[in-house]
Amino acid sequence: MKTILTAGQLDSAILDLAKKLHENHPSLDDVVFVGIQQGGVVLANRIVNALQELRPADKLKYGQLDITFYRDDIRNEILAPDTMNIPFDIENKQVILIDDVLFTGRTIKAALDALLDYGRPAKVELCVLIDRKEHRQFPIQPDYAAVQVNTQKNDKIKLVKDGNDKNQVVLISH
Amino acid sequence: MQLSTRHLLGIKDLTTDDISLILSTAAQFKEVLQRPVKKVPSLRDVTIVNLFYENSTRTKFSFELAEKRLSADTINFAASTSSAAKGETLLDTVTNILSMKVDMVVMRHSASGAPHFLSQHIPAAIINAGDGTNEHPTQALLDAFSILEKTGRLTGLKIAIIGDIMHSRVAQSNIWLLKKMGATVTVCGPPTLIPKYISEALGVQVNYNLEETLQWCDVANVLRIQLERQNQVLFSSLREYSLAYGINRRLLDSLHKEIVIMHPGPINRGVELDSDVADSKQSIILQQVENGVAVRMAVLYLLSPQTSRGA
Repeated sequence: MKTILTAGQLDSAILDLAKKLHENHPSLDDVVFVGIQQGGVVLANRIVNALQELRPADKLKYGQLDITFYRDDIRNEILAPDTMNIPFDIENKQVILIDDVLFTGRTIKAALDALLDYGRPAKVELCVLIDRKEHRQFPIQPDYAAVQVNTQKNDKIKLVKDGNDKNQVVLISH
Repeated sequence: MQLSTRHLLGIKDLTTDDISLILSTAAQFKEVLQRPVKKVPSLRDVTIVNLFYENSTRTKFSFELAEKRLSADTINFAASTSSAAKGETLLDTVTNILSMKVDMVVMRHSASGAPHFLSQHIPAAIINAGDGTNEHPTQALLDAFSILEKTGRLTGLKIAIIGDIMHSRVAQSNIWLLKKMGATVTVCGPPTLIPKYISEALGVQVNYNLEETLQWCDVANVLRIQLERQNQVLFSSLREYSLAYGINRRLLDSLHKEIVIMHPGPINRGVELDSDVADSKQSIILQQVENGVAVRMAVLYLLSPQTSRGA
C-alpha cells in the first residue's frame, strides 16, 4: 500500500479543484454538479462544499448519479443499484460530472448515457481527483484532474482512513 | 447483494433479504419512471416471453411495460390463440419457445404449481405471474412497496385482508410476505371463503366481523369477489355479500381513524368497495398499479441472466 495523497494533500487537492471550477465559471446560474455513485459522491460532497464557501452568494445545484443500470458489463454481475438523485432540470445546463478516479473511461461513458436520459445538457465537463491516464479504453479525458498517477492495470486506488481518522488516498498493488 | 433464488415462484421461497433487495431496487426503478426518458438499457440483450394461460389485463400490461422500460425484447403468448388450443403440452410449448433463444419466462397459469414444474425442466428464469390459487408474488411485492411508500414501515403494522381468502393467490402471497417482514395479519370474510386451518397454517388471525377488523387495522387490502364463483353457493348473493363485507363511506367514517384502502383490481364497484371509498384519498389503488411496473422491473432486473460473454 502506497500513499498517493495524505489527508493534508487531499484537502488542498480538493480546494484546488474547487478554485479551478470557481475561475472557469464566473456565473453558476446554469451550472449543475453531479457526483457519480459511490466514490465520486464522497469527493463531490467535498468539492461542492469547498466551492460553496468560495461562492457564498450562489445556491449550488448538486445531485448524485448511479450508473448501475447502464454498465456495459451488466451481464457479468447483477448489482443492486445506489440512489439516483437529480432534483433539477439539466436541459441546456452545464453539467460538471465529478468522479474520484478516472480509469478505463467506461464508468464515464455509462454516466453520460444515464445523464442524457434526464435531458440534453448544453455542455458536460468532467472533474476527477485521480487520473490513471495510461489505462483509458474509451476516448474520454478529464477537464479537471488533481493528480495524474502511473499505475499497473490491477492496482486499486482507494480512500482509506489514516492514523488520525482522516481520509487519505492510497494505491494498493497486487 | 443478490437474490438467493434463480426464479420467482412464490414469496414462500424468498428470504427477508431477498424481499428487501427487491423493494429497494424497485424504489430506484420508480425514480427511472419519473424521468423524461423512462427507460434504461439494462436488459437490451435479454428476450422475455409472457406466457399467459389465463386472462389478465393489469398484470400482463404491467409486465410488458416493465420489460419495455428495461429495453428487453418481448413476445406474448396467449393460450386461447395458440397451439395450446390444439393440445400441445405446457412443457412442449415452452421448450419450443426457448429454442428460439428466449432468456426469461413470465407465466400465469390456472394450475397451482405450474411454474414450479416448469422450473425443474427448463434452464430459463421463471417469474410466476399467478398460478391457480397458490401465489401471485409480484402482486404481494407491489402491495408491500405501496404500503411502505404510504406508511413508511411493514414491521409492526396491522394489515387486514378482506374477502375471498380461500381462492385468492393474492391473499396467500401477501400473507407470506407480510409475516416474513414482521407485520400482523388478520383475514376477514364469510366463513365459507376462509380456509378452516388458516391461522395454524399461516399464522394469521381470523375475524368474521368486518367492522371489528377495520377498527383494528392500519391497512385494509380488499380482495375482488370472484363473480365466477357465485354459483358455488359459498355465499348466497352479491347483495348479501355486499351488506356484510362491502366497505362504504359510512362504515369508514364511523371508525374515527384513517385507514389505508388497497385493492388488487379489478374492482367490483358496489360489491366489495363503494366508489366513494375506492376513489377516496385513503385509497392507494392507483399507486399500487403504478408501483407494479417498478416492482416488476426490479424482479426482472435482479433475475436477468448472468453470463460472461466471450469469457
